[in-house]
Amino acid sequence: MNVDFALLVPEFLLVGLAFGLFTVDLFIPNNKKDILPYLAVAGLLAVAGSAFTLIGNEGSLYANIYVVDKYAIFFKVFLPIVGVVMVIASREFVKKHLESPGEFYSLIMVSVLGMMLMVSANELLTAYISLELLSFCLYIMAAYAKREARSNEAGVKYILVGAFSSGVLLYGMSLIYGSLGTTTFEGMAETLRAGEHLELAFLTGLILLIAGFGFKVVAVPFHMWAPDVYEGAPVPVTAYLSVASKAASFALLLRLFAVAFEPAIDDWKPIVAAIAALTMTVGNVVAISQKNIKRLLAYSSIGHAGFLLVGIAALSEMASTALVLYLVGYAATTFVAFICVIIYFNLTGSEKIEEYAGLAKRSPVLALALTISLFSLAGLPFFAGFTIKFYIFTAAATEGLIWLVAIAVVNSLISVYYYLMVIRQMYIKPATEAAKSLTMPKITGAALLTLVGVVFLIGIYPQSITGLIEKATPALFG
Amino acid sequence: MKYSMATIAAVTLAISIYLFVAYDNDLGGYQFETEKYHWLPGLGVTFHLAMDGIAAPMVLLTGIVMVTAVFMAWNTEPRAKDFFALLMALVCGVYGVFLSLDLFFLFFFYELAVVPMYLLIGVWGSTRKEYGALKLVLYLVASSVLVWVGLIAIYVHADMGTFNLIELEQAGFDATFQKIVFPLLMFGFGVLAGLWPFHTWSPDGHVAAPTSVSMLHAGVLMKLGAFGIIRVGLDLLPQGAQDWQLVLVILATVNVVYGAMSALAQRDLKFVIGYSSVSHMGYVLLGIATLHPQGLTGAVYQMFSHGIMTALFFALVGVVYDRAHTRDISVFQGLSKRMGVTASFFAVAGLASLGLPGLSGFIAEFLVFVGLFKTYPVVAVFGIIGAAITAVYILRLIAKVFFGPLDSRWENLPDASNLEKASMLSLVAVLIFGGVYPQPFTRIIDQGIGPILDRVNAVA
Repeated sequence: MNVDFALLVPEFLLVGLAFGLFTVDLFIPNNKKDILPYLAVAGLLAVAGSAFTLIGNEGSLYANIYVVDKYAIFFKVFLPIVGVVMVIASREFVKKHLESPGEFYSLIMVSVLGMMLMVSANELLTAYISLELLSFCLYIMAAYAKREARSNEAGVKYILVGAFSSGVLLYGMSLIYGSLGTTTFEGMAETLRAGEHLELAFLTGLILLIAGFGFKVVAVPFHMWAPDVYEGAPVPVTAYLSVASKAASFALLLRLFAVAFEPAIDDWKPIVAAIAALTMTVGNVVAISQKNIKRLLAYSSIGHAGFLLVGIAALSEMASTALVLYLVGYAATTFVAFICVIIYFNLTGSEKIEEYAGLAKRSPVLALALTISLFSLAGLPFFAGFTIKFYIFTAAATEGLIWLVAIAVVNSLISVYYYLMVIRQMYIKPATEAAKSLTMPKITGAALLTLVGVVFLIGIYPQSITGLIEKATPALFG
Repeated sequence: MKYSMATIAAVTLAISIYLFVAYDNDLGGYQFETEKYHWLPGLGVTFHLAMDGIAAPMVLLTGIVMVTAVFMAWNTEPRAKDFFALLMALVCGVYGVFLSLDLFFLFFFYELAVVPMYLLIGVWGSTRKEYGALKLVLYLVASSVLVWVGLIAIYVHADMGTFNLIELEQAGFDATFQKIVFPLLMFGFGVLAGLWPFHTWSPDGHVAAPTSVSMLHAGVLMKLGAFGIIRVGLDLLPQGAQDWQLVLVILATVNVVYGAMSALAQRDLKFVIGYSSVSHMGYVLLGIATLHPQGLTGAVYQMFSHGIMTALFFALVGVVYDRAHTRDISVFQGLSKRMGVTASFFAVAGLASLGLPGLSGFIAEFLVFVGLFKTYPVVAVFGIIGAAITAVYILRLIAKVFFGPLDSRWENLPDASNLEKASMLSLVAVLIFGGVYPQPFTRIIDQGIGPILDRVNAVA
């Protein structure tokens, strides 16, 4: 077997980077640790660059269980950039509130590695192992504020639920293997097409698999753990959970359903569509009553998981493009929201929504950025949210899911309400007397404004991104 | 900053006037068409602007109302910059809706026009501003949900992979589809046009909003709803329009009569004008529902005329409120002695509102009634009852507030500032011009509704 290691350069770089940061951390004194995030950013940019050079040299490894096609490359460039944003977003937070920064940044690198493997996985076990690599990093990161009870609780809850869901996932995989006789995506599709599989075992396995992934991407009714974990984890980790892990999981899911389960679409389409409807409804309705901004964003991200599942249920080339565009737009928008929350937390230590009163006076830039991100999440025009929602809903309607689209659109309306409630605090409610005006941190602020730019870019000139995505997604339908 | 704002507004008005004047009536159809830019090819979204005879008076209306609204908002405090930025976004959305030939962008701009209202009212408003702002936005976003589903249904059913209106006209939707989807658009857009029973957001929003926002809201924004029904509903789903004609006629009649009767019962000046807007928008909807040449022309002309008239009304109420700090009708008496100019402008607006010949409102309502008599003569009677009630509440209001002996409380009330006088005078001038010389308007509107009526009649 001829292994083309050149295809694995980004992954190798990441491994080197993770251990490099770890080692450097050992040798530099405590007052010099500020250099670590810069090293991490430089390294991640190199990873993204090296992934970029793979364009035109697509291929696959290990008997096609690990593929580096255009679809994978798109994510291999996108995910390290998400990592860069994550490092910049957490830099000050880590300095102020967390111990052992070296390990924290190393964990980010390893988790990015896990995600890079996920988007290339073309076989169930590879998919499972890379998903676990990501999950283990996230378990530790959720509990990283180790002197805080809330964070510990989050970590424990997360790891218990995570272990349980992994079990469900594995059970589903084993049933599917038993029914189809193979774990490679293409092989599964072939057996399904031939129709020589055990129907009941496959269906049971499929349902367990969907349930297992449901835990990972926080779909209702497998979402119970998420709000507590999202609230308890350090804020940057919450951002990471709701953006990065979701992006990679959906990238993997899309490949799994498009390549392996496409012939059985009639079996799973109603299930996924029902879960999507349930997820967005519960997420958005429960978000209304939240008082903590992290919890609000947690429920809102559950709502968005529902919208993303619409893209899976619709499964077509158009829907895939819509789904990937949604992931990119959602990532940029959500990061803007979370960076605002992080900055505000760093400056004031508060995360209650009512404590955002009068923010428009105290820091106009911060309030404006948060407003833009919330408007975008609500799906209003000029921002990414409008384009991505319109795209994914239209794609779903084209595949005959107009009832689901109607539910989704109503949910989008509900979300406008609770996002407006935050904006109301910032702009209409007066600030408390003790409140002083706030100064934006420089580097984080610059990152924030860049991301706001991306939110506008997708809202006004989406072709800049869709042009790339449209080259990537056909790889799944080849 | 204010001056740059005024400059932008003036330039916009100049362009609007140019577009209106340069529209070639003999040619008809869509003119000033932009290049069809493929904005999102994967979805079939094009950025494609053009103006037809229906959009032309609306564009002109938007220009006029915007300039006067900016001048009426001259002394906005605090954060004038934010205020004008949001106002610009709103106006940008309004123009976009009138000029877009692509349904995606029509919806894009539609939402853009609605959302700034929340902050405009919530931050700079007065009476119960948070309630008014939230109610308005939730009503309008909820109604846009119907529009959204309707547009996506049209896209999917046409199966042409495009949102372009011109291309979709060729789709030929079957009768069942039209029957199901038309009400989505009718009610979705209708809410913004103040369609009964979904009109309550409008008076509440007006009362809470600052003067200039009320002007744009009633003067222009509500027209988007009626415009959407014509542009998307009648144009693409003519069969559906006929199926739902009677429902729209009935609801619009309730609008006219109920709106006028509600206005009769109000004690707050702004509520009176707010409900009178609901009543007058009823004429617009009635005119649309006739599906008849005169009726439709009247509807579009009423959109223009009412836009100017109601902007003037809200400007006047704003002037009074700024100085007296109350809008309670019962406390006013004899204001004309102190605010002569304001009083006379109010009289003009009032007379236009009750349809006095010589003012644009008369022509518009007359055309609507002609259309109605030819299609639903019974309803026309109700329409005229509505006009009679309007006369009662308007004349009573003018008599109570502006005439009679001057209440000593208002001894030192100053009249409107020169800037305010100038902007209100220009609105008055348009009202009179539109009343004595309506041909430029009716001719251009006829050009606009011609093709749409052809499509409607083709299925009859």
